[in-house]
Amino acid sequence: MKVSPAQRRHDSYRKIKSNLMVGLTIGATVVALIPLFFVLGYLLSKGAASVNWDFFTKMPVPVGQVGGGMANAIVGTFELVGLATLMGVPIGVGAGVYLAENRGSQLAQVIRFAADVMMGIPTIVVGIFVYGIFVKPFYGFSTLSGAIALAIIMIPLVTRTAEEMILLVPQEMREAALALGVPSWRTTISVVVRTAISGIATGVILAVARVAGETAPLLFTAFGNRFWSTSLFQPISSLTVQVYTYAISPFADWQRQAWAGALVLTAIVLAMELGVRWMTRGSARVAR
Amino acid sequence: MADLAETVTERVAVPRTITRSRGFGVRSAGDRIFNLSTLALALVILALLFGLTLQLFTHALPSIRAFGFRFLISTDWDPSNDVYGAAPFIYGTAVSSFLALLIAVPLALGVALCLSEMAPAWLGRKLGFLVELLAAIPSVVYGLWGVFVLGPWLRDHVDPILAKYLGFLPFFQGPHISVSMFTAAVVLAIMVLPYISAVCTDVFRVVPQTQREAAFALGATKWEMVRMAVLPFGISGVIGAVILGLGRALGETIAVAMVIGNRPEISASLFMPSTTLASVIANEFVEATSDLNLAALVELGLILLVLGLILNIAARTLVYSATQRHFHKDKR
Repeated sequence: MKVSPAQRRHDSYRKIKSNLMVGLTIGATVVALIPLFFVLGYLLSKGAASVNWDFFTKMPVPVGQVGGGMANAIVGTFELVGLATLMGVPIGVGAGVYLAENRGSQLAQVIRFAADVMMGIPTIVVGIFVYGIFVKPFYGFSTLSGAIALAIIMIPLVTRTAEEMILLVPQEMREAALALGVPSWRTTISVVVRTAISGIATGVILAVARVAGETAPLLFTAFGNRFWSTSLFQPISSLTVQVYTYAISPFADWQRQAWAGALVLTAIVLAMELGVRWMTRGSARVAR
Repeated sequence: MADLAETVTERVAVPRTITRSRGFGVRSAGDRIFNLSTLALALVILALLFGLTLQLFTHALPSIRAFGFRFLISTDWDPSNDVYGAAPFIYGTAVSSFLALLIAVPLALGVALCLSEMAPAWLGRKLGFLVELLAAIPSVVYGLWGVFVLGPWLRDHVDPILAKYLGFLPFFQGPHISVSMFTAAVVLAIMVLPYISAVCTDVFRVVPQTQREAAFALGATKWEMVRMAVLPFGISGVIGAVILGLGRALGETIAVAMVIGNRPEISASLFMPSTTLASVIANEFVEATSDLNLAALVELGLILLVLGLILNIAARTLVYSATQRHFHKDKR
């Protein structure tokens, strides 16, 4: 077979073009990852110096004084996220079971679609919603309302992850249990959900990590508090809101603490993400 | 041989919902109770979605009644006179999101192609994990970084270059300010990129291997294979991913509120501070001076919600059809 010079030139042009495009995609990946390293690098260099014992144990000090810490905000974040998990996970897992068990039904398809759509609506809208149904008519800004807002954000995430994990359980396991005469509902709980439980748990942890970093829905639900919050019906501080208020303040010492708070917050969130992915060898992911 | 295997699996395939098939006898009371209680929990999702929309609508009614359609086009936002118009916020949201997508989409497509087509599987997984970490960083952290690091850097190093070469355009004229529409767009681009690329990667991964092999068998180069086999197959999914990213960009609140400067005026220059629907809600909601002020802010939230709903419904439909095409094929 003879290849004309023109043909050869054209072929090498095609090869060069292909290599160029491959190079561009690799370049895009590098460019996309640069911010990750810069953000983490700045967090460490600007925040690490201020993350000390005081930061974890002391309360915020009034404007003008130097020092103090974010003890109440750290505890507040755990309290808010813990409560949200208590409310959101049972609903999410239950809904996920329903979707998986009734996969073909029209209603299940509608609910699955609604959950997917809900994942994409702006989280600040959830804050407005909870403000309207809960904060304004009842107790004012409170821990409980902040946790409800976070729970609402968690529910669709947990639902979709739980559904997908349950669908991974082999059909044969269900059939085996049914063949032994186990009622269907017990099969679902003791065989299907139990087999899927570790997958569901990783999904829950990823959802928790997601809401732990939320600021917008807390602004007018949990609000913020410079002191300890002693009841569920009082406003409460959280790391995210505290970092936000300190960051936009004009005081150098507050800005310094904002970096420290951001470092601690990111460490908590990434520890959950990395931990889960390491345990599951990278297969875990939250629905998006 | 393959055909035989397919027929066999088809014959022994058991419907997923074996418990529901009528042939296996009546469902017990326990089953019914269990199914109803999980149904109740699943209905919570529908209730929340409807409740959200309804609640925001009723809460925004005073503002809707007072200003009507004018609300969307008026540029007056004046709490002291109780007059409100959403135009500056709608403009800010639209422009910042559009710019963010302009930066993020080509990069995200490159990342997705690199992860699914170019990189070896082990490397693709590792890089994909790093890209997902970008999505895991809380938005307040991006905001903090944007205010103190990225904004000043863009002002000192990127704004002058843009002004020098594109300064004839009105977008790149005027003073350089670190909290600006441009900074917000770059921060947004960084934040939505991992979402878009993750969905695109998923879409590209379901392109049947046979399509790629067919392209290679015709003598296609790697890029030609992508053009011939991967992109046409994934195009609707890619569009869905972009819309999904747009939805994220519209609704992103805290990071934008921190870097955009919050100035409710429309200015052509991207180097000037601006504001968005979400950021003005974050800034002013708690300090609303009157009921009408609050209603106007809720109406801004309603606009965000409606936009979010429309975009997400459209995007999900597209992504569903893109990722399930192969699914149907497998089932056949």
